[in-house]
Amino acid sequence: MTRHPVTIPELEATALRARREIVKAIAHAKGGHLGGPLSAIDILTALYFSIMNIRPAQPDWPERDRFILSKGHSSIALYVVLALRGYFPVEELRTFDAVNSGLQGHPDMTALPALDMSSGSLGLGFGAAVGVALGGRLAGMDFTTFVMVGDGECNEGIIWEGADVSRRYALDNLVVVVDKNDLQQFGWRKGVIAERRPPYADDELRDRWAAFGWSVSDVDGHDMAAVVQALEQAKQAEGRPAVIIAHTVKGKGVSFMEGDFRWHNRVPTEEDLSAALFELSGANVPGTAV
Amino acid sequence: MERTLGKAARFVFGETVVELANEDPRVLVLDGDVATSTGVDVFEAAHPERFLQMGIGEQNMLAVAAGLASVGFVPIVSGFACFVVSRALDSIRVLIAQTGLNVKIVGGYTGLLTGLTGKTHQIFNDIAIMRTLPGIVVLAPGDEEETRQAVRAMVAAAGPVYMQVTRDPSPVLFTNGYHFEIGRSVVLREGSDVTLISAGPQSSRVRDAAEILARHDIDALVLHVPTIKPIDQEGIVQAARATGCVVVIEEQNVLGGLGGAVAEVLAERYPVPVVRIGINDTYGESGPNEALLDKYRLSAGAVAQQVEGVLARRKEPV
Repeated sequence: MTRHPVTIPELEATALRARREIVKAIAHAKGGHLGGPLSAIDILTALYFSIMNIRPAQPDWPERDRFILSKGHSSIALYVVLALRGYFPVEELRTFDAVNSGLQGHPDMTALPALDMSSGSLGLGFGAAVGVALGGRLAGMDFTTFVMVGDGECNEGIIWEGADVSRRYALDNLVVVVDKNDLQQFGWRKGVIAERRPPYADDELRDRWAAFGWSVSDVDGHDMAAVVQALEQAKQAEGRPAVIIAHTVKGKGVSFMEGDFRWHNRVPTEEDLSAALFELSGANVPGTAV
Repeated sequence: MERTLGKAARFVFGETVVELANEDPRVLVLDGDVATSTGVDVFEAAHPERFLQMGIGEQNMLAVAAGLASVGFVPIVSGFACFVVSRALDSIRVLIAQTGLNVKIVGGYTGLLTGLTGKTHQIFNDIAIMRTLPGIVVLAPGDEEETRQAVRAMVAAAGPVYMQVTRDPSPVLFTNGYHFEIGRSVVLREGSDVTLISAGPQSSRVRDAAEILARHDIDALVLHVPTIKPIDQEGIVQAARATGCVVVIEEQNVLGGLGGAVAEVLAERYPVPVVRIGINDTYGESGPNEALLDKYRLSAGAVAQQVEGVLARRKEPV
């Protein structure tokens, strides 16, 4: 049994618990990133609990589906999902960002066997994913390579170098999810300082990937049923690589973090943590308490 | 001095990877759209399915190589050294050096003699850059036979390797009785007055310089160091001990390259005077090989002259 079948409400409950673990880990480490992990977490939960063919007890299983978090600064979201999925004990999340920890600030495959690639220098994880997918093809293996990039990360030239090569090799075993949370670390000013422009307008991002010959779809990145369906569909793409533009909210789930660029990497105070955990307790969402 | 020219290293590289791919199904070649220059176009003809054209995009090419290695392949990335090293350095640093993934990076057109290209296509600090990245073996073979063996050793080695491959034919240094080994230097000429250390095809010009010096009653030991990292500390110390004076000559910036590596070893292990001859912290230019070697003082004659100058200075009171 390599799949871990769960219902949509179960996935939602898992994602909610993951959000709590993310906020706790960042508060404990007194560093790291929050906005991006909270926008990405529903998609990561869907991947690791529903979509991907994996064996947590055998992380180097050659036939496994691969996942690369190219937006490596959201590492805590991936670590939380890996822990909840059974790759390592949840208690280890307390070592995030500590010396000698497997849970480095940015994903380090030499420190944590559950990782399929190191990442953190933006754009590189995507290029590596192209290589993993190409390697799978050349080796005659039928695993799928999933890679998540940020919308801000699409500024990087390597994204478009890799997009071009993927189309030339018709890598239909490669699925990219753009976590389009409409904010990057600082980006371009819109009006007052607190208002920032999204890295790309919706059409702009869609058109770019389409122009590179990719199969493009859109999804609400916080609608679990839709996310699962979009990932399943993208996995079935034939003849060309697939990209899912996931429309998300940076800081999703914690009202005072949502859509505020300053929570990209702000550390929550004790009060922030309590308020965030209360909002994420599930108390006001029937059926989602874990 | 007439020397027999060997086959150009780039063509030896191309032929050898074709042979290796016949023997080892893991071997792949990635090209950054310069295969007709770097000599790996023969690989496309021989193994079209395993020749991966990455187009003109070096950052991505090196990143793709890391991904391929993670699946168990042995990707050999081929391009111009200036672009694979400096343009794609972040991919190398994060995805190859830091991960230890089994990627082989072959920088073509290294050194001064790059076929009339000029400074954009010349890189004089690829050695300095690559040897300061933890986890990468750095090779600079000196002639046809050594290149052939070094390419094989590179693929046989576990983990990342960077290898310099020069463009033009250079004199034969070794016969096929020679055995190349990663990490081992080779004494090309014994001597007692001064030790000359070099790598790559520059070693043949240094060997010739030693012949000129011999006619002036200077007995030079010539040590060829085809592995820049891990450097042969024992070989270098032994060669320094034999003469008490070391001159390093390289087609690289005098800052941080082989000269730097040798100076680091000797400063800590056997302090003797070390003089560095090379590109004097400047950029290159286009020009015919002989003219470049003259202007940048790397021809046999220019090297001999500079070594004599060094020895003369040593006799002056400090």
